[in-house]
Amino acid sequence: MNLFPVRAIYAAEMARTRRTLLQSIVSPVISTSLYFVVFGAAIGSRISEIEGVSYGAFIVPGLIMLMLLTQSVSNASFGIFFPKFSGSIYELLSAPISHVEIVIGYVGAAATKSIVLGLIILATAGFFVPLEIAHPLWMLTFLVLTAVTFSLLGFIIGIWADGFDKLQLVPLLVITPLTFLGGSFYSIDMLPPIWQTLTLFNPVLYLVSGFRWSFYGISDVSLMASVTMILVFLALCLAVIAWMFRTGYRLKP
Amino acid sequence: MDPSSLNDLHQASRLNDPDASRSVAEPVISISGLDKVYAGGFHALKAVDLSIRRGEIFALLGPNGAGKTTLISVVCGLVNPSGGEVRVDGFDNVRDYRQARALIGLVPQELTNEAFETVWNTVSFSRGLFGKSPDPAHIERVLKSLALWDKRNNRLITLSGGMKRRVLIAKALSHEPRILFLDEPTAGVDVELRRDMWDVVRQLRDSGVTIILTTHYIEEAEEMADRIGVINGGQIVLVEEKAALMRKLGSKQLTLHLHAPLAEVPVALADYDLQLAADGSELIYTYDGTRDGDEGSSITALLGDLDAAGIAFKDLHTRQSSLEDIFVDLVKERT
Repeated sequence: MNLFPVRAIYAAEMARTRRTLLQSIVSPVISTSLYFVVFGAAIGSRISEIEGVSYGAFIVPGLIMLMLLTQSVSNASFGIFFPKFSGSIYELLSAPISHVEIVIGYVGAAATKSIVLGLIILATAGFFVPLEIAHPLWMLTFLVLTAVTFSLLGFIIGIWADGFDKLQLVPLLVITPLTFLGGSFYSIDMLPPIWQTLTLFNPVLYLVSGFRWSFYGISDVSLMASVTMILVFLALCLAVIAWMFRTGYRLKP
Repeated sequence: MDPSSLNDLHQASRLNDPDASRSVAEPVISISGLDKVYAGGFHALKAVDLSIRRGEIFALLGPNGAGKTTLISVVCGLVNPSGGEVRVDGFDNVRDYRQARALIGLVPQELTNEAFETVWNTVSFSRGLFGKSPDPAHIERVLKSLALWDKRNNRLITLSGGMKRRVLIAKALSHEPRILFLDEPTAGVDVELRRDMWDVVRQLRDSGVTIILTTHYIEEAEEMADRIGVINGGQIVLVEEKAALMRKLGSKQLTLHLHAPLAEVPVALADYDLQLAADGSELIYTYDGTRDGDEGSSITALLGDLDAAGIAFKDLHTRQSSLEDIFVDLVKERT
């Protein structure tokens, strides 16, 4: 592996983040703070503790996960879509660089940004609610695995999209609804039995549940189920990207 | 542009060229049986065979849609071939893509840039992307050679079209390529910049870089190329030394401006196959300009016969067919 191209892509993507700092970092932090105000303060005052955790603290992992998923997808998809849109992708495709190196550069940068964002949101949450992290290593593992996996998904979307509308389609119409319905703001025990069963088909539930377990030791599904689900999704994304590069799908005619 | 910087750049390129000792006669690019059929069914390249010699300037001419850009794109790895083989300095451009692509720099036709990046960053990025370690001194030489040094901290969005094209060339030169593809390099640039770019291209060639350019400006090929290839309908129609092509296909015309218009060419001059033009006030004699010496005797004979026929002229001029005429004739012939 040649690290110079990986470093070049990674550095260029991180520089783009710095150029758009307001949009990249400040905006999600403000949004999250608003969630705390609305869900934590307004609704939380009407909901008692959930399995011994205050409602405000209970939603922290879900909020971080919501931002992590949407930002990972958004960062990675824009990262590869913009060169396609501007035409500068010719340089990437004509460079002596492997597909793996391209993915590491773009996905690595997108995941880094999301992880940093997740940690900033975590720190922000500390101003609103008392936080405890029961399993910090697991917390970091989930954070990294989720950021990488959804950055891979974003990379796929960036290659697939042939316009800005499609770039927004999946985050808005798929990721956000699945996150809201995946137990970010409630335990699925609070749902009627039929909805509990249906929610089990929502992959985001497993991510939120595992992540919340790493904070408070409580979860809707088992830790193994969460880890398995994210690893399966990771493998699926890698397979799709490998196919895209092999066939040149929407990259090379 | 700064010639001293360009010389330094060339010197550095030579020192960094591991293949400098290879035979000049050995083709640096060999294309054999290259085929490209796009998903929509358009057959863009049809069994193209082409060899590019090391260190030459090769101009690829062809009308719109002839397959010029597709050919370059396949060699550079932007388009998947449907069949055939491309070897770059002996390396298969698919199987040994790392070695093959590392040798190539590409200046695309479109002005495609990251609008919000600075000149310095985007050129440095290109070097890294091509697997080279950072070398600020080389980037400085490249930027100075293209008169971009003063603009190094400017964002690309603030540059003029000509400057943006220079940036594309700087990006392509950032990793010290041995082969440079220029796809319509001077499209939309002013005359002064075009001539500056020609100088840069010539100096790169002098440093041992092989240049392949596509152009719509026949003047550009005529001015710069060592060899010329014509592609039409996805097929290479002709590859020839420029000078030989001009000699082989070039014809000359002698136009005589007559004192008194003629109604028709006199029978006594029928052997010369003369044409009447400008309402009979001009006689045009087309002759083969390739046989040195012959034209002189035929013109002498014509002028003598004109005098004998009592046809007087007040002025004359000659014209040699340009590459453009040759190109138009060739393409017309094959379609």
